[in-house]
Amino acid sequence: MKAQFLGHGIPSLLDSTLQGRLIVLEGPDCVGRSTQIRLLQDWLERLGYGVVTTSLCRSELAEDGLSRAKRGNQIGRRTLSLFYATDMADRLERQILPALESGFIVLSDRYVYTIFARYAVRGVNPAWLRKAYGFALVPHLAMYLAVDIDVLAERALKAQKLGFWECGMDLNLADNLYDSFILYQKRMLRQFSKMVKEFDLTRVSAHGSVAAVQRRLRKKVRALLDVKETELEDADVSEPIVEGIAE
Amino acid sequence: MAGLHKPHDYPGMLIVVEGVDGSGKSTQLDLMRSWLIQEGYDVFFTEWNSSKLVKRTTKLGKKREILTPSTFSLIHCTDFSDRLEQTIVPPLQAGMIVLADRYVYTAFARDVTRGVDPRWVRDLYSFAVRPDIAFYFSVPLEVAMQRIFRGRPTLKFYEAGMDLGLSRDPADSFMKFQTRIIEQYEGLVDEYGLVVVRGDHPIERQQRRIRRIVTEQIKEKSMHPAGRKDK
Repeated sequence: MKAQFLGHGIPSLLDSTLQGRLIVLEGPDCVGRSTQIRLLQDWLERLGYGVVTTSLCRSELAEDGLSRAKRGNQIGRRTLSLFYATDMADRLERQILPALESGFIVLSDRYVYTIFARYAVRGVNPAWLRKAYGFALVPHLAMYLAVDIDVLAERALKAQKLGFWECGMDLNLADNLYDSFILYQKRMLRQFSKMVKEFDLTRVSAHGSVAAVQRRLRKKVRALLDVKETELEDADVSEPIVEGIAE
Repeated sequence: MAGLHKPHDYPGMLIVVEGVDGSGKSTQLDLMRSWLIQEGYDVFFTEWNSSKLVKRTTKLGKKREILTPSTFSLIHCTDFSDRLEQTIVPPLQAGMIVLADRYVYTAFARDVTRGVDPRWVRDLYSFAVRPDIAFYFSVPLEVAMQRIFRGRPTLKFYEAGMDLGLSRDPADSFMKFQTRIIEQYEGLVDEYGLVVVRGDHPIERQQRRIRRIVTEQIKEKSMHPAGRKDK
């Protein structure tokens, strides 16, 4: 399968042939993405697939600089969105594409859509952002974990993850964490639901137990990879296995 | 975002110099700077690839030789974005003169030579402020080469364009790389209305021409030296 890019791609990569598949899991903070990714990876490896995982700010080139830049409050929003683009491009060219060319499945915890939502909420021009990220590969499957704000708030509270960024405190929406979390995440959810149509994201409900969500995700992945459902797999998403895995 | 195709409406003035290494642009910028300061203007200076927040990442990429054409382009744009916000726009808002040694045209010429899509890199930098004057220093390649090798005998990996695989010999690679960059620059002259200065003319002759053009622009914008206004 030939690689497809979001916009004006990288000329030297336009002819890449991909044996593997890029699968993206998107969704707001605290929705349970990382847990679900881990379970998908275990499952795919049991089925015999080679799996590579990646997530934002994990590139050799930009991880250190980007983490430092985020720590202060000196860096502007547009600049930060460009720093993330550097990080994304480094991972894409030196990690994701080589893995796909060798037949791996790449599971990406968040992708460009999170960046688009985050910076649209922060006033960066959405049309410009999409063009800037034109080099990004179009995923073979991009699943979006959809959640209601009250369920999300409950999960965030239980996991004690009402942090500065999860609450969007930089936006001065409220003078306390909880109210700010609600206002900020509502805006994020609005951006995500707009993108479901724009980018043809596969909406998967994040409500219910970890196992229930995992079963929904596997169904979509099975369809992509053309894998038949077996009794064996069904058995391994029973509740006890997934319990104790913290988000 | 007024962008690169519309004049900005800040009270200050942005003047940039462009050209290959050894074209004489930095010499001319230095002369322009001391002249403007002497005339009483508040002058700010900024150069390519110098953001404190971003520089260490660019350095790391160069040192490990892991930059690709697109990450090379993106990290330089990140650097530019930071400087635009922190050191270029605020003085323009305050009515000062900002001098930039290299600007977006460097990216357009160099990154496209490295193989990124020309439309993509233009879109990427579309948030930039259009300069009031952009000088392009045009020199025959041999002149630039002579000047460079006089002062700087060893060429760095990316500087020589070794990542393009044009030649195994750094000097030869550098020549080929610069030739292609000059071709790109020449296309930009019309596209963005760059003011061509012959970098092989005598230094003082170039400077006279530059001062004439800058003076006209100062008149047009009715700018006054901050130092003189108070006296």
